[in-house]
Amino acid sequence: MSTVDWLLGSPLFPLLLTLLAYQLGRAVHARSGGHALAQPVLVAVVLVGAVLLLLDADVGDYLDGTAALTFLLGPATVALAVPLHRQAHRLRSLLLPLAVGVPLGAVVSVGSAVLLARALGGDELLQRTLAPKAATTPVSIALSDTAGGIPELTAALTIVAGILGAVAGPAVLTLLRVRARTARGIALGAVSHGIGTSRALAEDRTEGAFSGLSMGLTALATSLVLPLVLALLL
Amino acid sequence: MIAGLTWLLGCQLVGEVAVRATDVPVPGPVVGMVLLLVVLQVRRSGDDAAVVRAADGVPRHLQLLFVPAGAGVVGYLGVLRADALPIGVALVGSWRLGLAVVGWTVALLSRAEA
Repeated sequence: MSTVDWLLGSPLFPLLLTLLAYQLGRAVHARSGGHALAQPVLVAVVLVGAVLLLLDADVGDYLDGTAALTFLLGPATVALAVPLHRQAHRLRSLLLPLAVGVPLGAVVSVGSAVLLARALGGDELLQRTLAPKAATTPVSIALSDTAGGIPELTAALTIVAGILGAVAGPAVLTLLRVRARTARGIALGAVSHGIGTSRALAEDRTEGAFSGLSMGLTALATSLVLPLVLALLL
Repeated sequence: MIAGLTWLLGCQLVGEVAVRATDVPVPGPVVGMVLLLVVLQVRRSGDDAAVVRAADGVPRHLQLLFVPAGAGVVGYLGVLRADALPIGVALVGSWRLGLAVVGWTVALLSRAEA
């Protein structure tokens, strides 16, 4: 095996590329004085994507090589219990707002994605692919599969929805006059799952904790609501 | 650190097994998160607990873990370009509507209750 083949086949290159791009993203974020557009994840995704395109690399190989990082999403999600634990005394008073707001948000997310895509000429396959994008990635993939969408494209669009939340979420919430930390976190987690939660955590511990909780509840609500809304609209 | 990581993976494992055994449409790690929350509450864990210290380090670099999936978008540039308008408008529009509905509902209801 030639050295080049080994390099492209081993996880070393994809992992190193990802870490370097992320470090650069952090540096850009710091240099820009924490500008909202300079989210490390966005900078890193653009850089890695550009390198993959330039090298004409196989995206599947890259994803295989970085499986170790993706695996860590599981324990990182479990770890969100800790900020919630610190905020537990607030949880009781938020039961009703969560029980109403999260399912309502799931219906609006799924319904409006389908209707907007259709209004602009997207076919039914595209509508089914877009519908679960507010649920966190592993769930949106599974839901897209059962709903008859393209799971891999759903995964990509889900990430874009997350990055949208990391970049613009806090500013849009301020524009919408949502000020309470709890409400901001819950809203961000409901539309931008883990990536939105990472931004919420950077804003404020409470906001991050409730964003993480909302992400989990939204995954559940979307799973329950999606088949009903699709049956109604399609 | 190791004791903390063991707790995290243990809770995730129980969550994954529970989800598969019951066919509940929730991600296993989310069930693991709720489980860990219950454990922390029951034990009244403070900031010095191993799992708390391990978990505190993780979310700081949460964004790194999404980079591979995000970069995977380049595999779909063709589709994205072909349907750029419906995809773009549906994604941004629906995201924004969801944000407003959840934000306002929660703010309104928590104010009513307080």
